[in-house]
Amino acid sequence: MAILQFIVERYNYWIFIILMMIGLYTVIARGNLVKKIIGLNIFQTSVFIYYISIGKIAGGTAPIYVPGDMERRTVHEEDHHGDGYNGKDHVATEETIRAKDHINGQSNDLHHGDALHQGDANELVTATGVAEGASGKVANLNAPALNRDLPANIHAGEANATIGAAPTSDKIANTASFNIKDSDAATGLGGEREPGLGQELAAASEIVANVLYSNPLPHVLILTAIVVGVATTAVGLSLAVRIREAYGTIEEDELETADTIAEFGKPDPDAPARAGAR
Amino acid sequence: MAFLTQLPILPIILPMICAPLCLVMPDGRAPYLWASLVSVGTFVLCALLLSTVAESGAISYALGDWAPPLGIEYRIDLANALVLTLVSGVAALTIPFSYESIISEIDKRQTNLFYGAILICMVGLLGVTITADAFNVFVFLEISSLSTYALVALGGGVDRRALTAAFNYLVMGTIGATFFVIGIGLLYQSTGTLNMNDLRVQMAGEANHMIEAGFAFILVGLGLKAALFPMHLWLPNAYAYAPSAVSAFIAAASTKVAVYVLIRFTYTVFGADFAFISNLFDFVLLPLALAGMFIASIVAVFQEDVKRMLAYSSVGQIGYMLLGLSIGTEAGVQAAFIHIFNHGLMKAALFMSVACVMLRLGVHSCAGFHGLISRMPFTAAAFIVAGLSLVGIPLTAGFVSKWYLLQAAFDAGKPALGFLVVASSLIAVIYVGRIIELMVLRPVPTEGPLANPVREAPLSMLIPLWLMTGANLYLGVRTDWTAGLAERAAASLMGGT
Repeated sequence: MAILQFIVERYNYWIFIILMMIGLYTVIARGNLVKKIIGLNIFQTSVFIYYISIGKIAGGTAPIYVPGDMERRTVHEEDHHGDGYNGKDHVATEETIRAKDHINGQSNDLHHGDALHQGDANELVTATGVAEGASGKVANLNAPALNRDLPANIHAGEANATIGAAPTSDKIANTASFNIKDSDAATGLGGEREPGLGQELAAASEIVANVLYSNPLPHVLILTAIVVGVATTAVGLSLAVRIREAYGTIEEDELETADTIAEFGKPDPDAPARAGAR
Repeated sequence: MAFLTQLPILPIILPMICAPLCLVMPDGRAPYLWASLVSVGTFVLCALLLSTVAESGAISYALGDWAPPLGIEYRIDLANALVLTLVSGVAALTIPFSYESIISEIDKRQTNLFYGAILICMVGLLGVTITADAFNVFVFLEISSLSTYALVALGGGVDRRALTAAFNYLVMGTIGATFFVIGIGLLYQSTGTLNMNDLRVQMAGEANHMIEAGFAFILVGLGLKAALFPMHLWLPNAYAYAPSAVSAFIAAASTKVAVYVLIRFTYTVFGADFAFISNLFDFVLLPLALAGMFIASIVAVFQEDVKRMLAYSSVGQIGYMLLGLSIGTEAGVQAAFIHIFNHGLMKAALFMSVACVMLRLGVHSCAGFHGLISRMPFTAAAFIVAGLSLVGIPLTAGFVSKWYLLQAAFDAGKPALGFLVVASSLIAVIYVGRIIELMVLRPVPTEGPLANPVREAPLSMLIPLWLMTGANLYLGVRTDWTAGLAERAAASLMGGT
């Protein structure tokens, strides 16, 4: 059973190896040039799968930036290093506070929601909740975005609540910003939407508080490799077209026979070794 | 000074931007002059890099100002500066050389494509050499390989076998590249980094099966690209049926770059302290190098086609380079580097003289070489000089590399290897001597299509040809230049910096 477990736990590698062998076998065993290219594609695709599977982290989400996540990490670092404070963070912190004040004016009860009390006082909790009717367009709530007039220009259906220990003053900065895409709700954020938002924020904060990303680098590498693979396939297939124009066939053994006849005038038993194709 | 700080990226950026411009130019001289200008400019930049590195040590250039190991790093030390100079130097001579040869061998409408592709091929080879990022090596390797497939296939206008040769090269080259990527993936999985120097740091003292498997995949992948002996089957046809100028360039540059990358991975990434590497050298690389030296050389003796003969000889010569590597001493690596450089020069000169014969006589088989010395004396003389260099006659560059190889073998206490090097050089005497005999002693054909009187090759071809031949002679006398640089290159590689 231990062997079975060993195999099952690593199923992604087995898929990779099996695909790879299918691809290589096709390249070697098939005489048809197009089938060779197909085999080559399977072979390359298996490597893509291998790369993607090594980038996957158990429980990790897609490596797409979750708004506010970086701020949380920054503060974490500053907690650890004590004096790791710099001007850029200072600006960000100020912006956060400004944003808080701005929004507080419109929705006072939001940052008293449950979400805000779940976080440790020393830890910045970022909560992202998706408001109802939102299309999912993401607006990053970083400093430049905050510079602009918040309620007017954020269209993404998201609410972002932040509690954190500001590195300068140990003061807790509460930030809540939320946005509603529905045009009829753009003017007012209060009233009937508030209770629902509070619940969603509570749920979202738990998820986002421990955002775990899969490793993005293998994805990037494989995007490059896919481009290379597509280019190789294109060149290979166009070569196959040219070969068919020149020889009238794309079967490897017929090509060799044609070359041998062209050179010696009769079939030659040494042909495969000389043509170097096998 | 801004120019100097950006110098490492220029040999890549300049031809990469300039190459597509060839496609919008009209047929004829414009793309030729443009590509020549770009290749010479690139050579000047690479020579500048080499002199900078020789004076003030290795340069590290962070691409896009992203600091390594997170960002891509270009790192130029003596080892790759030498290869950069070789590649760009060969390009700077073969591209100006190619005009007459190319218009006679490929469709006129394709000439601007040819110049674009050969520049891209050069970019790829330079990029493979210059980068210190393992995955970047793969990307550039494929840039150069894809353009090489297209370049080889351009020979399909004269001989349709170029198409099948290009196809086989594509299949084998892609398998090689994919093996290489798997190897990189294994290394990345076990270390989490792609920067070569960082890989070395992360892997220090961690010899596990994953790293060993990674090295095995990389070795096979690069072995396919470098035409290491049993994986050389794509090479003879590709070199034989590609347009002559293309053969001159890829024979001189592309396989050498793959050998360089192999040396780079062996020493910079893995380091000789991994026990499995020395085992691998003794039981895999050394026998394959020796087998290549003998079997490929013997096969070369029986070739009727001179280009194919030179191609098999290339496989044999790759054996010498890997022999130097597998001796495993600093002197061995030095000899490998000297031979990478010198073999590039001699093969370029040999293929260029075959291109001259191809231009005037329309064949590259032995029949075209009968009595060549009286018909095309300069071409024939260049072939003889470069051929003697290939054999390793004193006063030629080939002698220098053989000498250092012998010295390395004897110093390492492996005199048997030295004798084998000499023995396989004797085979080279046979196959080169056979062509020289045809050129010097045989009469000019009196009947058949080859009997028509021919003129000497045009000056636009003779001048680059003789510059290349002159380099063979010059570096055969000025041994301190290559040997000195290669010695420092080997020392810096083995020193593990």
